Amino acid sequence: MSLVLSPSPHRAPLTGSRLVRAAAGAVVLLVLLPLAALGWTALQGAPDLWPHLIANVIPHALYETTVLVLGVGLFVAIIGTGTAWLVAVCRFPGRGVFEWALLLPLAIPTYIQAFIYVDAVHPLGPIPTLIRTSFGLRPRDLWLPEVRTLPGCIILLGLVLYPYVYLSARAAFLVQTASVLDAARTLGAGAGEAFFRIALPLARPAIAVGVTLALMETVNDIGASEFLGVQTLTLSIYSTWLNRSSLPGAAQIALCMLALMFALVLLERWGRRHQRTGSIGDRARPPARRTLSAGASVLAFLACLLPVLLGFVLPAGHLALAAWKRVAFHGVSPTILHEAANTALFAALGTALALALGFAVVVALRTGALRSGLALRLASLGYAVPGTVLAVGLLVPLAGFDNLVSHLSERLTGLSTGLLLSGSGAALIIAYVIRFLAIPIGGVEAGYGKVGVTLDMAARSLGEKPGGVVRLIHLPMLRPALATAALLVFVDCMKELPATLMLRPLNFETLASHVYSEAARGTYEDGALAALLIVLVGLVPVILLARLSRPRQG
Amino acid sequence: MPARSSLLSRYALSGFIAATLALAPLAASAEEVVNIYTTREPGLAKPLFDAFSEKTGIKVNSVFVKEGLAERVKAEGDASPADVLMTVDVGALLDLVDQGVTQKVSSDTLEKAIPANLRGKEGEWFALSARARVAYTAKDRVKDTAITYESFADPKWKGEVCIRSGKHPYNTALIAAYIVHHGEAKAEEWLKGVKANLARKAAGGDREVARDILGDICDIGLANSYYVGLMRSGKGGPEQEAWGKAINVVLPTFENGGTHVNISGASVAKNAPNKGNAVKLLEYLVSPEAQEIYAKANFEYPVVPGVPADPIIAAFGPLKVDNIDLVQVAKARKAATDLADKVGFDN
Repeated sequence: MSLVLSPSPHRAPLTGSRLVRAAAGAVVLLVLLPLAALGWTALQGAPDLWPHLIANVIPHALYETTVLVLGVGLFVAIIGTGTAWLVAVCRFPGRGVFEWALLLPLAIPTYIQAFIYVDAVHPLGPIPTLIRTSFGLRPRDLWLPEVRTLPGCIILLGLVLYPYVYLSARAAFLVQTASVLDAARTLGAGAGEAFFRIALPLARPAIAVGVTLALMETVNDIGASEFLGVQTLTLSIYSTWLNRSSLPGAAQIALCMLALMFALVLLERWGRRHQRTGSIGDRARPPARRTLSAGASVLAFLACLLPVLLGFVLPAGHLALAAWKRVAFHGVSPTILHEAANTALFAALGTALALALGFAVVVALRTGALRSGLALRLASLGYAVPGTVLAVGLLVPLAGFDNLVSHLSERLTGLSTGLLLSGSGAALIIAYVIRFLAIPIGGVEAGYGKVGVTLDMAARSLGEKPGGVVRLIHLPMLRPALATAALLVFVDCMKELPATLMLRPLNFETLASHVYSEAARGTYEDGALAALLIVLVGLVPVILLARLSRPRQG
Repeated sequence: MPARSSLLSRYALSGFIAATLALAPLAASAEEVVNIYTTREPGLAKPLFDAFSEKTGIKVNSVFVKEGLAERVKAEGDASPADVLMTVDVGALLDLVDQGVTQKVSSDTLEKAIPANLRGKEGEWFALSARARVAYTAKDRVKDTAITYESFADPKWKGEVCIRSGKHPYNTALIAAYIVHHGEAKAEEWLKGVKANLARKAAGGDREVARDILGDICDIGLANSYYVGLMRSGKGGPEQEAWGKAINVVLPTFENGGTHVNISGASVAKNAPNKGNAVKLLEYLVSPEAQEIYAKANFEYPVVPGVPADPIIAAFGPLKVDNIDLVQVAKARKAATDLADKVGFDN
């Protein structure tokens, strides 16, 4: 946390700093609330559970989770970093298109990707059917890759999660190339050497951020791994709770996992504690791209094409086809527009609140109102909690609050207020905020890396108050980081499923819950249109994101 | 506090409050309502709710809570708006009773309509429809017409069995019934045998069994009866109709019993604010009219004697319901999931 956010050297109490500290504290408390509730639940017993889990469940689940995490981590790191490097510093046909197209898979939720691939890579899927009928093959004569396997799951998740790495790695390559790489090349380093010895180590924090986000999504995933039959730890928590009606047991496993995730995040940060990056300042210019040879161009083209094709074009095409068939057969569900509106409204509210609160916490650290980065890590914890677990953790405190208010109001006015938070959509928005707060915090934190502390000192020495520094200097400079975070949170809220399912009020559906209820009946195709809408609506922020992350020329 | 950030939070806060107000249930509304929390997919229940509203003028509000229904109702406590709790799977329903989120109901209509073994002795729960766990077999490749559940472990099916997750409630109930019939040790042997016969991972849904049989991934599988109606009737579209027509349906039996049947059912919530309407809804759901909707729209077996099953379902032949008590099955659930874990059925 140290370097980018080193608080100003003078720790004299600043105006308003107490308020900022209080706000940051409140945010941390909000995030810890469901976790505390889980902790309390975990203490409620279920002692007979662990021998069974240790003997029969955990060894396999731990194995599958480890392989999954390593596999997805490697996959997204290689694809994300590789493609980012290619589009950032090389010139080859199609580069301009790939620059934004590589982000597209982000619009497809993991569970939808899983549905699509199981459907498409089936003897009865459109392409296998075409092959079979052309060659007169019987279904068993045509070999198809098995999607419902650990490698299948790694590839499917990797295909939609690599953009997290691509996004941050590319941004890192873009600012470093001009100043540092040119120097390396001048000193005689080859392209490979410049990449492995200079660019990669420099981009490591950015890559780590991307990989961490991708892995948290992986570990939290329930929909895709359940559908693909991969027995992850998260899935074990889930089935422990459901099949044994043991919420305490589930909470115990969930907390163990959370501790593990937290340790991983801290370990990663500890690993690069000695790294310092100098201020790059405004002289960073877009890289001078190297034109690739014909052979290399073909390889680069393919390397960028495959992830886009397999991660987005083919699955989205399959989904569009399925949706078209359903609409032709069934017509359009009259409620779908309403669901789309709900989805957009709640995602927007969640985004606005997450952004404001995330920003407040980082500002608190920057202005010295907070002394340690621990608050940031704590406030980011929600991202590491599976949505279902978070929702269960939220139920008790939110409904408790509601009951308290309701009883008070009944005593005072004779009118019951009902379930103020948990009966309205408020519970959902709170869940979104807690779940995705890590994104604006990470984004703003990284953004502050480019805002030298010297700027604050200069402004302060010229008599500006801390609030003014934040408003006049930080906010304009952080705008790209804030916008990126906003778009990512929006897409994530829109795709969010487990907490939405558990916390939404009566008669309230989002596109994601619609897709899930169809999937729960085994009629994935009926959810195709809603799934397609999620992807389409998700495309809007993704395209904005692509434009936003394009380097300004000149 | 920095001005801009407080401005941002103020925007967010006002939006938040607006949303809360817009969505908060109107406490003072005079309209007659009944609120349903259901683990059942809304698509299936909607025709019934619509018919009830039309008949009684009582508006049905519902939310599909796949998981955590008991936890949610429990947390909501006194202020919970839930009137009726609906589930598929008897275990899930009895779980609600055990967790103390339901209340007893005494209604002559309900007691008269529903056979005694399909409801709680003191009106804690009521079955509303039934479904059998049946065998789908490849029409062109399998000639067996009498199949026992036990025979799914027969090595002759090696690499030919398709089934969803062994920890899905439908399979949990089946394994639990097996335990009640044969004891845990034999059930474990059986489950290992079935696992050894699997053609693919135990995952996905019941309809996929039919699809995978048409795709020649497997020759035989276990799935629920009503999916056959949904597929064969063409309601799911021409592709599913083809899946449904690729299979034969055999009603399997236990060697010393009958066909395993599970239920969908409901209880009245402990703090139901509209208890009267809740009971009215349950009574409506066991009326011949509603039972016919269950049969025709969802292809389930009606629980009320005398209401016929849909012809597609009736064509499977006479259903000989297994003789063991549903409550016993529900009690063996924990042992059943332990077994599924132990033999690594889903791994």
